[in-house]
Amino acid sequence: MSREITVERPGPEGRIIALAGNPNVGKSTLFNTLTGLRQHTGNWPGKTVAVARGEYTHRGRRFLLVDLPGTYSLNAHSAEEEIARDFLTGGQADATVVVCDATCLERSLMFALQVMERVERVVLCVNLLDEARSHGIQVDLASLSRQLQVPVVGTCAGRGEGLEELMGEVEYVSHPKRKGEGNREPRTDEQRAALAERCAALAISRKGDDSLAGQRRLDRLLTSRRTGIPVMLGLLGVILWLTIVASNIPSQLLSDALFAAGEWMRKGLLAMECPDWTVGLLVDGVYRVLAWVVGVMLPPMAIFFPLFTFLEDLGYLPRVAFVLDHAFQRAGACGKQSLTMCQGLGCNACGVTGCRIIDSPRERLIAIVTNSLVPCNGRFPALIALITIFFVSEDGGLLTTLKAAVLLLGVLMLGVGMTLLVSRLLSVTVLRGLPTSFALELPPYRRPRVGQIIVRSVLDRTLFVLGRAVAVAAPAGLVIWLCANLAVGDGTVLSHITDVLDPLGRAMGLDGVILMAFILGWPANEIVMPVMLMAYLAQGTLVDAGDLTSLGQLLRQQGWTQMTAVCMILFSLFHWPCSTTCLTIAKETGSVKWTALSVIVPTTVGVCLCILVAAVGRLVL
Amino acid sequence: MELPLSELALGECAYISRAGEQTDMSRRLTQLGFLPGTRVKCELIAPAGDPAAYRVRGALIALRAGDAGSVMVVPDSEVCQ
Repeated sequence: MSREITVERPGPEGRIIALAGNPNVGKSTLFNTLTGLRQHTGNWPGKTVAVARGEYTHRGRRFLLVDLPGTYSLNAHSAEEEIARDFLTGGQADATVVVCDATCLERSLMFALQVMERVERVVLCVNLLDEARSHGIQVDLASLSRQLQVPVVGTCAGRGEGLEELMGEVEYVSHPKRKGEGNREPRTDEQRAALAERCAALAISRKGDDSLAGQRRLDRLLTSRRTGIPVMLGLLGVILWLTIVASNIPSQLLSDALFAAGEWMRKGLLAMECPDWTVGLLVDGVYRVLAWVVGVMLPPMAIFFPLFTFLEDLGYLPRVAFVLDHAFQRAGACGKQSLTMCQGLGCNACGVTGCRIIDSPRERLIAIVTNSLVPCNGRFPALIALITIFFVSEDGGLLTTLKAAVLLLGVLMLGVGMTLLVSRLLSVTVLRGLPTSFALELPPYRRPRVGQIIVRSVLDRTLFVLGRAVAVAAPAGLVIWLCANLAVGDGTVLSHITDVLDPLGRAMGLDGVILMAFILGWPANEIVMPVMLMAYLAQGTLVDAGDLTSLGQLLRQQGWTQMTAVCMILFSLFHWPCSTTCLTIAKETGSVKWTALSVIVPTTVGVCLCILVAAVGRLVL
Repeated sequence: MELPLSELALGECAYISRAGEQTDMSRRLTQLGFLPGTRVKCELIAPAGDPAAYRVRGALIALRAGDAGSVMVVPDSEVCQ
């Protein structure tokens, strides 16, 4: 795999600009704001694609911006750092913008100085000025510019402030006839640190009291011995509860509307004298599954994701990694795995991509293989429905939603516990090795831009799920309907399939229909329950199940007990990753072996656990 | 009165007197700003006692005890930022 990046000049007059800087300085926000690249931070939380490129036009001239990976140093030790260093020193860029964090100027300057030693034509961008201001920190940009002998521009990339000025300086500096300025002699680390300290001290003035006191108090609350873990569980519980509560009403409204529309469609088609089988295919097959996905599955998904993004934007997730690191260390894994695990709660495929933040290949593989052991967004609705129907009453009152949230939290903890257990197992068997060093930066808490991020996230998520519903759920509904209505031998195709799967299903405390639904649900976890319900309905002659109460009736009539629900919850937690995740794993690992392991491990856990629990259940009950 | 960074108490400040030997981790620590003469403060300790987070050059960096132990510091309460 070539480690070099080559870029094309955007036109004969165009310029190539490299963006470099430490992690967490807002470089990607700057890049996105300038290039207009919608990097859907809601869908891919916290991780930028390795090297993003985009175009920006300033006063008629085209600039190609290359967003290099954030690094702490040009003495690179990881692949991403090598890429950054090679591109910067390779001479392809006409100018380099080094992005610094105004709230952490001294450390940012250390990197900037190192870049300036090796690269000509640098513009220093002091970002996050608004954050600094809210902490009482003021930066004298002119002073910095004098001391470092390079142009310095202040920006608030998140608000789009200072960008015109920045690109103006960039245009000036990147002119082919300009020579580099600034001090280019190489320094030792100590000299660089001392210089950075001096420059920062001269350029920064603090207003008011110790600006970081509030942050410190919050950090103590979130990470101390007494309050750290309870607060973490509490926050997660609140998010789950909000998801349950806020999706209740929209779910009800949507389901009612969609099913009414379905009946209207049926009448319409019959009135047009469509043959029965066409009506059945369209209304009972395709449309019904679509209606379930949109009405029942979509609302929790569209709500959980943004809530989670909110926590992430706040800067809380590194604190989670901080609190959980010890557990992961004992499991032989990397503390950053807790971050990728959290990302997996949103989307397992995103979690797998996020594993790039783990440097050691061994620990990265552990994180990838175990990522699907936590339930992703698409599995939440089914979990919520099952918990609500079988373990809590269905009236939606405060007590029931609280109880449901607590139980869901328990399910999640089960996923986390299994992740740790399997990580430990992996690290003493197939992925043996020593734990690597761990240094995690805890960036300051940032006020999340609620309006922008959350609203965008809800819309993005909704569109994404809707799109997938049409692309995946509708065809699945079609397939099920066909199987249920095509007679072969002494049964339908569907009954044959489920009969074959039934023995294994029963041993697991489930049945053939449920297993088949999981198999068909490989493209997208949110269609498992709708497919299953459709298969039940196709076999029987029962009423439509639009809300949870009738869903519960339908399931109980199929012979479901609480034990069945438990086993389904367990299997929902621990089964093969969805197709997108499998593809992502294949891409990230480049290996069939590890992709296969990522499929086998969760499935084995699920099957064995279900069989065990079902057997114990039969003995005890 | 030197001691390893990992033994710095919560809320205590110190000067770094010695960085570790030439390992990958000590290079990483240097890049993060843990150099001789640098001021550090132990700001947070995780519920399990490990890792701990240190304020260094304006940033908050979490380190495991094993790694923090390779850095020697001299406590100095007057340094507190």
